[in-house]
Amino acid sequence: MPTNVLTWMIFLPLVGAIVVLCLPRNAANLIRGTATFFTIPPLIMAVWLYQHFDRATSDMQFVTKIPWIPSFNIQYFIGVDGISITMVLLTALLSFICIIASFGIEKAMKAYFALFLLLDAAMMGVFCALDFFLFFVFWEVMLLPMYFLIGIWGGPRREYAAIKFFLYTMVGSVLMLVAMLALYFYAEPHTFDLLELASRSGSYSTGFQRIAWIGLFIGFAIKIPAFPFHTWLPDAHVEAPTAISVILAGVLLKMGTYGILRINYPILPAATLDFAFYLLIALGTWNIVYGALCAMAQTDFKKLIAYSSISHMGYVMFGMATMTSEGINGAVLQMFNHGTVTAMLFLLVGVIYDRAHHREINGFGGLAGIMPFYTGWTALAFFAAMGLPGLSAFISEVLVLLGGWRSYPALTIVSASAVVLTAGYMLWTMQRIYLGKANEKYVGLPDINGREIFTLVPLGIIVVVLGVYPRPVLDLINASLVHLNQVVAGKAQVALATAGNMVP
Amino acid sequence: MEPSALGNVASLAYSLPEIVLGAAVVLLFLLDLVVTRKETLGDVALVTLALVVVLSARLLWGDSAALYNGAVVVDGFALFFKLLLALAAFATVWMSLGSREIQKNGTGEYWAVLLASTLGLLFMASSTNLLMAYLALEFVSLTSYVLSGFMRHSRRASEASLKYLIYGGVASGTMIYGMSWVYGLAGSLDFRAIHTALMSGQGAALPLYVALLLTLAGLGYKVAAFPFHMWAPDVYQGAPIPVTAFLAVGSKAAGFALMIRFFFTAMAQSVGAGVYQLVGGVDWSQLILVLSMVTMTFGNLAAVAQQGNVKRLLAYSSIAHAGYMLMGFAVLNDDGLRAMLFYLTVYYLMNLGAFVVVMLVANSTGREDLAGYRGLAWRGGALPAVAMAIFLFSLTGLPPLAGFVGKFYLFAAVVEKQLYLLAVVGVLNSVVSLVYYARIVRTMFLEQPTGGEGVVAVDWHNGLLLGLLTIGTLVLGVAWGPLIDFAGRSTHFLAY
Repeated sequence: MPTNVLTWMIFLPLVGAIVVLCLPRNAANLIRGTATFFTIPPLIMAVWLYQHFDRATSDMQFVTKIPWIPSFNIQYFIGVDGISITMVLLTALLSFICIIASFGIEKAMKAYFALFLLLDAAMMGVFCALDFFLFFVFWEVMLLPMYFLIGIWGGPRREYAAIKFFLYTMVGSVLMLVAMLALYFYAEPHTFDLLELASRSGSYSTGFQRIAWIGLFIGFAIKIPAFPFHTWLPDAHVEAPTAISVILAGVLLKMGTYGILRINYPILPAATLDFAFYLLIALGTWNIVYGALCAMAQTDFKKLIAYSSISHMGYVMFGMATMTSEGINGAVLQMFNHGTVTAMLFLLVGVIYDRAHHREINGFGGLAGIMPFYTGWTALAFFAAMGLPGLSAFISEVLVLLGGWRSYPALTIVSASAVVLTAGYMLWTMQRIYLGKANEKYVGLPDINGREIFTLVPLGIIVVVLGVYPRPVLDLINASLVHLNQVVAGKAQVALATAGNMVP
Repeated sequence: MEPSALGNVASLAYSLPEIVLGAAVVLLFLLDLVVTRKETLGDVALVTLALVVVLSARLLWGDSAALYNGAVVVDGFALFFKLLLALAAFATVWMSLGSREIQKNGTGEYWAVLLASTLGLLFMASSTNLLMAYLALEFVSLTSYVLSGFMRHSRRASEASLKYLIYGGVASGTMIYGMSWVYGLAGSLDFRAIHTALMSGQGAALPLYVALLLTLAGLGYKVAAFPFHMWAPDVYQGAPIPVTAFLAVGSKAAGFALMIRFFFTAMAQSVGAGVYQLVGGVDWSQLILVLSMVTMTFGNLAAVAQQGNVKRLLAYSSIAHAGYMLMGFAVLNDDGLRAMLFYLTVYYLMNLGAFVVVMLVANSTGREDLAGYRGLAWRGGALPAVAMAIFLFSLTGLPPLAGFVGKFYLFAAVVEKQLYLLAVVGVLNSVVSLVYYARIVRTMFLEQPTGGEGVVAVDWHNGLLLGLLTIGTLVLGVAWGPLIDFAGRSTHFLAY
């Protein structure tokens, strides 16, 4: 297993998808069971990876490298370092949870679970791929299942949301394709190998780097989503079924920032320095504030969470752009933390939607008395999202802001004050839905059930544990990020402090 | 040492595919008089084409040669296209045997005319003389007019046929006028002689430019490139579905074959390492570049506007694809040609596949409009709907499907030449194409049947073809190595 573990993690879900398609249509429990069964081994492997990952090195680990199309120098090249392993862990965990959360799906179950497993495989592939071509293929393969999952099993405006998501992402990815080809032909000898491309980054002219950087960035920014490319996200999130919203917010958004860290940073360091110091930081700040303000204006519970995602992803961009050890560590930690927190939030929205069949924030009231356990879980998730000390998101946001303080005091103050906005919309929502007089329409609503709690427990544990003791994740990512920071700073010969990381 | 052209008798050994095809045409006309069950004639045509494929493939292991005193050649390039065209015809006959439209109008000459058209296509792919090229092209055109108007009792088909004839007449008239200019400037109709004359500085640039433009009209008409595309929507819509597929795949491929050979052997000069250089002072690669951008943009935008007939939509999509393929033409090197050959093969699979699904729906419900596809996946037609989705996404150029690989190589050739504008226009066009391809997918999957659309059944005959094309589209999306190598080997022209 050691060398091929990543390959298994990528392709087992794919095998699962094919197996699910071969099952009889009416065997509902068999289909659910099979789909769940194929997400368990990747989860176990993820735990194994976590235990055996060498935290002292920034090198790629668990590498597999096989020529695919030798005449074009395309390889099947996968491996993980500190940046990707957190995302692989997150993907494995959320895929398993979301399969469980999808048990309520009735319509065309076979197709649903097959598409879901296909999506799972593609997501794993994106985070493991170290060949640009392979990365691109996995990146695009995600689109198809996502399109159908939103389009067939989504809400009333699902067709619009699905095609909007598809078109936005496609615009980004075709620009990425051109940039990828340009990089391939610019490097001598031509290669798609991301590590090779990074090692030659010194030889790329600044003008070329800037153009390629922008091409790639647009592709990734749409995924994050950075303002002004964010408008697909509220639609997609609102219309998607619960489990798919979780995957969208928990995993897919991270691909944008992951792509920037994996490709833009090491391969185009000079351009990264140019753009990080104004474009990325400005977009990050704007995302934080704008997302929070939009969230405040929403009356749809799910849309509110969607906009809060935009706001929280702003911290990731902000941290990345600071180019400090604290900031960038905070950014990757925030990617992981947001993945867990927002997953909880979407699962919780799903719980209430399944019961009341609407998500109008003003349409509830006093749920705390009717569904006390559900309210408790929501409170945990809300406080985590607000960045309450003691819960995971606090650490990452503080790290990000600490990183920003040295170079951008003004913007850091703006970003930090946005925490007040976050607390504002979260608490206000809390008040409108859970507190106050009970809406008699919903007096009989059953409380959160065992299956739903089962999906929340692992996330809740992670949120609490990482809130007091973030080292499990920070130790994983630190070596790779210090190295990345040195590469970017060193290649462009800008002396940046790469002081020891901030580990509380 | 340059080999010289073979004489007429010595050439016969290299012409077995054409001889078999020609004999089969005559045989079919005769059999038509005695056989009452007309499907038998289709079976004969099918066997003939299988034989043609085998005979053409056999020539791959032989030498290249110039035949009939230099009128046509057998080389890697010609054989690649002969195989592709024979396979296209094979699939068309297979489709025709399972088509309700063809069965209803069951006459024997259909098969003979189809084979005759194929014969013309094979000559288009191998001719090295303008006169021969013109004759082959006209032969294809005339047979295509007949095929597209084959449903004699359909007004729409008659209209299509007539439009095709009129546009075709204008285009071929323009082309032969252009050829006469070429003859006047170079003193010969032979590609090699034209090349030699241009190399020696004969012929002024401006008249040559005019001559090329005029010639391009005829060729652009065959591949349905803007602004010579006007016939395509009406003809695609009016012709029987197998014939439409044949025109979209076969005619287009042969048009490209002739176009590539004429421009690359007569109007350009190989300077080694797979790179070509223009001769005669005419920058036709710029012209093709503009043509490519305009064609794909027009085709895609027009397709977006199509809401009704799926065949008509696919006609505009085929115009757009002609634009994509022209990208490989404009870069003037072997990488571009290889990408074009590869794309044509992939295009054959996915476009033909889409037409098979169109035919299945039309067979069962008699409908070709988009509303006829509503909820196809949810009313028993899950398999054709899934296959159609695969073909359409492949046409869009999404991995891991063959269409992506085809586009990838085209864009790679363009980026390698640093034609970034063309590359960006090309990729944005792919996004535009997603709008209308996804519209069909949406109608099939995301919308619920409202009742009254009818049940779409798949019989084993059409299902087998559909399955093969689907598997081909999927397999070439992940394991395209052998095909791209074959395409790469087929980019060399015989310099005799």
